[in-house]
Amino acid sequence: MSSSAVSDSRALLSVRDLRTHFDVGGHAVKAVDGVSFDVYEGKTLGIVGESGCGKTVLSRSIMGITTASNASTSGSVNYSGTELVGKSKRALRAFWGEEMAMVFQDPMTSLNPVVRIGRQLTEHLRAHKDLSKSEANELAIQLLTWLRIPEPKERLSNFPHQMSGGMRQRVCIAIALACSPKLLFADEPTTALDVTVQHQILNLLAQQQQERQMGMVLVTHDLGVVATRTDDIAVMYAGKIVEMASTSALFSRMRHPYTQSLFWSIPKTSEPKHTRLSAIVGRPPNLAALPSGCSFADRCPYVQPICREVEPKLQTIDSHSFACHLPVGSTEAEAALSANISAGLPQSEGAAVRREAQQGSLT
Amino acid sequence: MAGSGTAHLRDSDDTVIRVENLIVEFPAKGGNVVHAVSGISFDVRRGETLGLVGESGCGKSTTGKALLQLPAPTGGSVQLDGEELTQLSRTEMTARRTDIQMIFQDPISSLNPRRTIGKIVAEPLDVWGPTASDEQWALVANILEAVGIDPESAKYKRPHEYSGGQCQRISIARALVMEPKVIICDEPVSALDVSVQAQILNMLEDLKAKYGLTLVFIAHDLAVVKNISDRVAVMYLGKMCEISDSDDLYATPAHPYTQLLMHSHPEPDPEAAIDETVVLGGEIPSPIFPPSGCRFRTRCKFADERCAQEEPQMSLISDGHYVACHHPLVEPVS
Repeated sequence: MSSSAVSDSRALLSVRDLRTHFDVGGHAVKAVDGVSFDVYEGKTLGIVGESGCGKTVLSRSIMGITTASNASTSGSVNYSGTELVGKSKRALRAFWGEEMAMVFQDPMTSLNPVVRIGRQLTEHLRAHKDLSKSEANELAIQLLTWLRIPEPKERLSNFPHQMSGGMRQRVCIAIALACSPKLLFADEPTTALDVTVQHQILNLLAQQQQERQMGMVLVTHDLGVVATRTDDIAVMYAGKIVEMASTSALFSRMRHPYTQSLFWSIPKTSEPKHTRLSAIVGRPPNLAALPSGCSFADRCPYVQPICREVEPKLQTIDSHSFACHLPVGSTEAEAALSANISAGLPQSEGAAVRREAQQGSLT
Repeated sequence: MAGSGTAHLRDSDDTVIRVENLIVEFPAKGGNVVHAVSGISFDVRRGETLGLVGESGCGKSTTGKALLQLPAPTGGSVQLDGEELTQLSRTEMTARRTDIQMIFQDPISSLNPRRTIGKIVAEPLDVWGPTASDEQWALVANILEAVGIDPESAKYKRPHEYSGGQCQRISIARALVMEPKVIICDEPVSALDVSVQAQILNMLEDLKAKYGLTLVFIAHDLAVVKNISDRVAVMYLGKMCEISDSDDLYATPAHPYTQLLMHSHPEPDPEAAIDETVVLGGEIPSPIFPPSGCRFRTRCKFADERCAQEEPQMSLISDGHYVACHHPLVEPVS
């Protein structure tokens, strides 16, 4: 997947220059601002970013479920040859469930608390597939079995509150998979769950995705979750994709300072206790009043005057895309970082800590 | 363990907190009892950070609150600097609480939205003094400065004008203003983005050094706990499984549950192997009817007859590393 490549015929989903802006008091909040990527059959794309970077709005815009009246979406979402942007809700209904489905973050609130699990599972099965009640029930039991829910038959008469968080998320996944979609959006599917349950759910998702050869978009804030579960990764910051590459390429050579800073700021079990973390200073910019130039400039260890003047364009080298004037690893970037560290720039503090640690380990 | 025992307690003059056989139970429907914490023992030395880690429902937050006698534990002993807290009267305990402060998971809901930051941080002083407003402000401004919040602009601002990370800094300032000996941090960074999480963790380390604090750090994220803790205790369903120096624990986990947690933790490394067997891990049983013997046995691949009948006791694995398991992954010292 590469943003500049001409739409590949095998791409299940091609997103081009997608923009979703919210009109808030006359200001445009640019939640998604010119995003392009492809999703292929049987492949998983990870979308990573911190809260407020636009990753959830992005997946909702593609699905066509941004309900806010002040939202406007432009650009192109091409699903297997059909343009989805501009389609009415009624027309999109044919795609939801059967073609593309979504698993949401919070399994506590995405199920109806007063409707039994069985009915929530079979509702759209019966609407889409014209099955009888007993046929739909049988399929529902089958789905719960696939997702390793014990006593699936008895579970159908349960209400959501009678199940644990992990069980509920499995039910949500079962609902999403019920009509055998070709494309699945999973928006932070495990964020609300314990690590052991998270591991189970991610294993189940990966297994179902492989068996069904679904395309999957895994949206998360956790670089640890995407590292082993995706084929490609897109990193979002302030409504834009700032870096995109295959998972192995991204982790072996991060080119955007934001990706690198995000990676450095995570504590790792492989590091000794009390390892000083390289925090990113400040916080993400206000999407209604983005600075000129690069929106990461104020927090970037490599920042140079050009970063505040000219917005970097997404460039692709060997199918690795990044939007940066001073990509990590280049000689200009190294020089800029050294200059910033010696000037005592607060943004470079984290990188300085890192450098010291690396030099310490070398000597 | 999920077992009991006190073999891992250390004899030292430097012990700030000593918890022995702590039991916390809550009444449940139908005359049943929720066994939230069932016989936990640990100690924390001055200037040390003890990490408590485990899944939701393992009793780690209840343990943290029981140190503050909120609510008073059902049984066992909690000592602060040698003083038995469970025997104190209500008013005596209120006074002792100035020495143990707590910070919570959700920074935004733990601050009163209608009050100014200046008032929020000064509130503990209204009770314990000084009460003169200029003296209070001098202290508050000093502490706000230390946590990286500009005191002048914060004085009249309210919590909604700050981000989650800043609100957590303000919560920490409110805890520090009492000059406590111990701070109990209950999932203080779980609600924050990773970049902000790193700022707060670094700051806690700095504050700990500056004010000579002792920390009890409760979290579910293994990497976060390892980063900040000197020692880590792993809890499961109201029992303690394993306690050790944190580097040692992560290098050689001895309890099958610790190993399960570590295999489940997603490391940001695409080369890391995924343990497919974790799918079979199942879920945490109800604390109302906990399993007999070792409480972890229903999810443990090594479980046998003995695990169902006999509760494992804490035993020494290596220097300072204790595990409560009949089938530890590392052979204990006999």
